[in-house]
Amino acid sequence: MAEGGNGSAAGDGLVDLTRKFDVLVVGGGNAALCAAISARRSGASVLVLEAAPRFYRGGNTRHTRNMRCAHDSATETLTGPYTEEEFWDDLLRVTGGHTDEDLARFMIRQSKEMLPWIAAQGVRFQPSLGGTLSLGRTNSFFLGGGRAMLNALYLTAERLGVEVAYDSEVVELGIDTGMFLSATVSRGEERVVVRAATLVAAAGGFEANIEWLKTYWGAAADNFLIRGTPYNRGGLLKTLLDHGVGQVGDPTQCHAVAIDARAPRFDGGIITRLDCVVFGIVVNKHAQRFYDEGEDVWPKRYAIWGRLVAAQPDQIAYIVFDASSLELFMPSLYPPIEATSIRGLAQKLGLDTGALERTVSDFNAAVRPGAFDHTVLDDCRTEGLSPPKSHWARPIQAAPFYAYPVRPGITFTYLGTRVNKEARLLMADGKPSSNMFAAGEIMAGNVLGRGYAAGIGMTIGSVFGRIAGREAAANARN
Amino acid sequence: MHATSALAEADRLMTVCNSCRYCEGLCAVFPAMEMRRAFPDGDLNYLANLCHGCGACYYDCQFSPPHEFNVNVPRVLAQVRADSYRAYAWPPAFAGVFERNGLAIAVIAALCVAGFLLGFAALNDPAALLGVHTGPGAFYRLMPHKAMAALFGAAFLYALVAVSMSLRLFWRDTARPGEAPTDASALWQAIKDAGRLRYLDGGGIGCMNDDERPADRRKLYHHLTFYGFLLCFAATAVATLYHFLLGREAPYPWYDLPVVLGTLGGIGLVIGPAGLLAAKGRRDPAVEDEARRGMDVAFIAMLLMAGITGLALLAWRETPVMGPLLALHLGVVFGFFITMPYSKFVHGLYRFVALIRYATERRMLQHGEEQADA
Repeated sequence: MAEGGNGSAAGDGLVDLTRKFDVLVVGGGNAALCAAISARRSGASVLVLEAAPRFYRGGNTRHTRNMRCAHDSATETLTGPYTEEEFWDDLLRVTGGHTDEDLARFMIRQSKEMLPWIAAQGVRFQPSLGGTLSLGRTNSFFLGGGRAMLNALYLTAERLGVEVAYDSEVVELGIDTGMFLSATVSRGEERVVVRAATLVAAAGGFEANIEWLKTYWGAAADNFLIRGTPYNRGGLLKTLLDHGVGQVGDPTQCHAVAIDARAPRFDGGIITRLDCVVFGIVVNKHAQRFYDEGEDVWPKRYAIWGRLVAAQPDQIAYIVFDASSLELFMPSLYPPIEATSIRGLAQKLGLDTGALERTVSDFNAAVRPGAFDHTVLDDCRTEGLSPPKSHWARPIQAAPFYAYPVRPGITFTYLGTRVNKEARLLMADGKPSSNMFAAGEIMAGNVLGRGYAAGIGMTIGSVFGRIAGREAAANARN
Repeated sequence: MHATSALAEADRLMTVCNSCRYCEGLCAVFPAMEMRRAFPDGDLNYLANLCHGCGACYYDCQFSPPHEFNVNVPRVLAQVRADSYRAYAWPPAFAGVFERNGLAIAVIAALCVAGFLLGFAALNDPAALLGVHTGPGAFYRLMPHKAMAALFGAAFLYALVAVSMSLRLFWRDTARPGEAPTDASALWQAIKDAGRLRYLDGGGIGCMNDDERPADRRKLYHHLTFYGFLLCFAATAVATLYHFLLGREAPYPWYDLPVVLGTLGGIGLVIGPAGLLAAKGRRDPAVEDEARRGMDVAFIAMLLMAGITGLALLAWRETPVMGPLLALHLGVVFGFFITMPYSKFVHGLYRFVALIRYATERRMLQHGEEQADA
């Protein structure tokens, strides 16, 4: 892909890949840059290899907006304290216990240092964004979003003398009984062997690798939309696992939310998400409902709908609502499909008109009167309907009628490499690698084996990135 | 639905941005956008004039080109902004000056300079133009003070009327029906925001001009230019008072207030525009409305010329070149005044009105929230 008109690529192209570096960082997101900066600040020579072109640098960090760190008191941008214990409780709840308690508690304790540390690398914070008030106490938002954060980290790395090469994908590693020797890098037509004393693996998961996803999901994966860039292919993860690095996390699992079906195949990011499931009903291609749309409040509900839609025929569903709900949720990129009748809406969606009319009228007939309040678990529910809608059920009757088509949007995968508190890779037999470290999504499964809490990926990346860089630099000196 | 393709594109972008909101901490544009779900032309013109072109949102955006969403807010709002000057120009018959504005300003400025030179030569003894004149009233031996005051007063009054009419059209197009820009605290807020260029700083990190590194110094140069301009304006005002109230005639000694103000202002008007021109030369073409480069450059060049000719006049006012320098300076300043309503000069006024609108909106929003809480 061509370099965009987005500034000059300082350094790249001039990087001398033949010299031996102290620390080789593979990846270009938050974890990679934190590792590179921390290693460089510890006195090491550092090379960062980013597989993506400069504009797309940073993997999923491009699309992030905040990080979740424990803190003992309110700050300029955080509305109150968020204790280690509360953070741990949240993590335990979202993972359902699929976490390494020792490592997770260690990370949470370390996270307290991260806000000032990240700020010291030039990243600016701001109060929570409009529409995200529920995160105002726990999460620190990046001024300008994830790409602004990346720009600040890259600028700091550049000033410190970290070398960065873009369009540089690591395709093979030389590893001898847990010891990293060299990396083979594909740069366009050429292949270069890069040598370094230590390796920090921070190249993310495999969510953009459709073929890999298909080994678990079959043809359904062809209908998945990938929320991040096409460069998150998991090549380094696979290579490490092939070389006997310990594995963590369920390889079949990925974080999937329901996003607008009209989104591009890759990199649609945040703006294709839809927050309106609660306001209507969700039907599949046969115009049938398939799950309780009012089961729980949004943060919990958000992440289940991707999986639910993935289980429907052709991995497509439609959120149907009426005029009374149109302005109750955050706007999204694509306008809803609109019709003056349910029949007309079914025609526009290519659904069986009679079936959708029946589904809507059955639903409307089952709605019991209540006091609608979308901010709490209200008493608007259906009776005698299967599946029920437990809250926020209001009849769909005020024209015009609207629908959003949705598909599974894959955010990240859970499969990763096992690490210890030094961010050092553990081999399959449990022995620590002599000179390999990992940070970020590639090892997130150690802490986050399931589920998700907003901003926790950035916490994992920053905490373990900083440690990995420091440890790798110390390792290189010995 | 929209009057121009730039407005249609701005509408598309605001829809994208409103579903993202990552940039809401950068400036006033995004919070103002969040107060809306639909974007008619008047609102887009308001948002475009609220934008200070700091560039941060372009480099911070994960969807800027080459991404297929092609989000380029600074460039598109710059286009809409420039179109809005034309749309609200008064009288509408002169709106065309905003097309090929650089050429128009250059021609008008040249004609003004030529007019003063020829006027001095034709109306005076040819020896007077290149003579040495000193002491009180030296300038007025080339052009009587009354004529000078009448000519510039008329030009200034015309500019005032034309600009006021334009701003009225702009306000009506953006404000709610019946709403007036009269809220005192909103006005004071807008004065502070404009005076400090609060929104020309990328939300605190600094502006971006050449690339994503926030190393831009346009804010400093703009301050030098703007306050330099105000000092020069103050110098003229004080001199006018001296003349009519105290009967003291220019030129004044170097330590006298009009000269001190004018000298300081003139220095600002040289360094400021020179820095802005240099920054414009380095600006990333991606975020620029390249078609309007002429308008921007012409305006900055006029300010620079006013500064240089003013300082030159001060330096050589007691030599034979005083006459031609006076003609040059007056020509440039006169050209500046009569083109004011049809040059980039209006950017500051539209932006100021947009800031009043924004401060008013914020107050109404807070007021509404307080009522909802009660």
